[in-house]
Amino acid sequence: MSIVVDNISKVYGQQMAVDHVSFKAEKGRILGFMGPNGAGKSTTMKILTCFIPQTSGAASVCGFDVTANPMDVRRNIGYLPEHNPLYLDMYVKEALGFISDLHAIEKKNQRIAEVIELTGLGEEQHKKISALSKGYRQRVGLAQAIIHDPAVLILDEPTTGLDPNQIIGIRQLIRDLGKSKTVIFSTHIMQEVEALCNDVVIINKGRLVANDSIEGLKEHFSAKSLEEIFVSLTNPVGENG
Amino acid sequence: MFTIFSKDFSDFFNSLVAYITIGIFLIVTGLFLWVFPESSILDYGYAGLESLFNIAPYIFMFLIPAITMRSLAEEKKEGTFELLATRPLTDWQIVLGKYFAAFAIVVLALIPTLIYYISVYQLGVTRGNIDSGAVVGSYIGLFLLGACFSAIGIFASSVSRNQIISFSIAVFLCFFAFSGFDSISQLLSLQNIETIITSFGMNQHYQSISRGVLDTRDLIYFLSFIALFLLITKTILGGRKW
Repeated sequence: MSIVVDNISKVYGQQMAVDHVSFKAEKGRILGFMGPNGAGKSTTMKILTCFIPQTSGAASVCGFDVTANPMDVRRNIGYLPEHNPLYLDMYVKEALGFISDLHAIEKKNQRIAEVIELTGLGEEQHKKISALSKGYRQRVGLAQAIIHDPAVLILDEPTTGLDPNQIIGIRQLIRDLGKSKTVIFSTHIMQEVEALCNDVVIINKGRLVANDSIEGLKEHFSAKSLEEIFVSLTNPVGENG
Repeated sequence: MFTIFSKDFSDFFNSLVAYITIGIFLIVTGLFLWVFPESSILDYGYAGLESLFNIAPYIFMFLIPAITMRSLAEEKKEGTFELLATRPLTDWQIVLGKYFAAFAIVVLALIPTLIYYISVYQLGVTRGNIDSGAVVGSYIGLFLLGACFSAIGIFASSVSRNQIISFSIAVFLCFFAFSGFDSISQLLSLQNIETIITSFGMNQHYQSISRGVLDTRDLIYFLSFIALFLLITKTILGGRKW
């Protein structure tokens, strides 16, 4: 098991952001992480990437516990945060160089060239990040996430704000990466989950409401569409009129 | 740590921050030392650099917060701190990398002032008639002072996401740490513990090093001051609450 989340909770002040969530993710499979806004998706991802500590429970990535061995977890994870923060003043290659230095990558230049090729940044590689369009910035973010060839990829809404062509490009990239790695990505787009994912985890108000493979989920809900399943799980009839 | 250091250090030069702060520091000290009649060495008539060492702390008080205000506040505001914190880096490495980058700029600002020393050395009526021991001591004092102010600045930068707030907090803390304790000790009701209070202030330790006597007590004071502020900074960052 590449990722094991065991009964994790996160409390912000009075608010329970994540409420005893458990799930697992395996190598070679893509896990879609869904839930309404504010359900606790990003919080869970931040706990997995050792950015914030959990209040209770345990999580491990590639066998390393996030609390006990945060450095090993970070070495094995490629993370694309929500809103894709980047150093806008840097040039594309400079930013990638900086990240590879943080990971002490050998043959840095060779690896940067590979990643630029993989993410289709070729034409934009000599530009400043601030001069790039949103789609290309997203690719830079993704390039930064995969530059150290991590075993696990955690992508927080990687396709928001992209045009259809770019979405197709990024999806293809995620699909290719998913063959050899463990990928968890969050999204609001149902078609994306159906097109890409092997497994689905749905959380609502911090609680886990579904954790199954796509086929299993559809079977369980007697072949309704994923969208209907999502709505019935996260917005039960009567609650919102 | 070195990666963070070199990134921030080159950031200072890419964004002109380094050129402007170093430039202003040299212009202001140059004016005070050679042009303004009240503090000019030429008018003063004695071969000494006292006016440099008297004015420099007050310039540092404004320039060092200007250098450091960006370092953590911007990372937090832009969200790039998340980028750093999820890489194999400890919080200490981030804090120290940023701290030394800021301090390196301070050192770079001080090095050209050696020209002032050489000038005074050459201009003395009998050449070389300058108290070199005191100058060396004062430089060490100034380096330590700059190191403390940088630590204060990094701390202030970690408190807020807003650079202006960080700057203001840092200027106030630098001023208070440098001369605030002296002034408070003058309060009538505190007269009987005056020496204790002044010993908290940086000014007293700075003056004592400037005399050319490097006392371990002063050195320990400065180093523990730096360590304290960096420790608070690391703790604030570790809390991830902003």
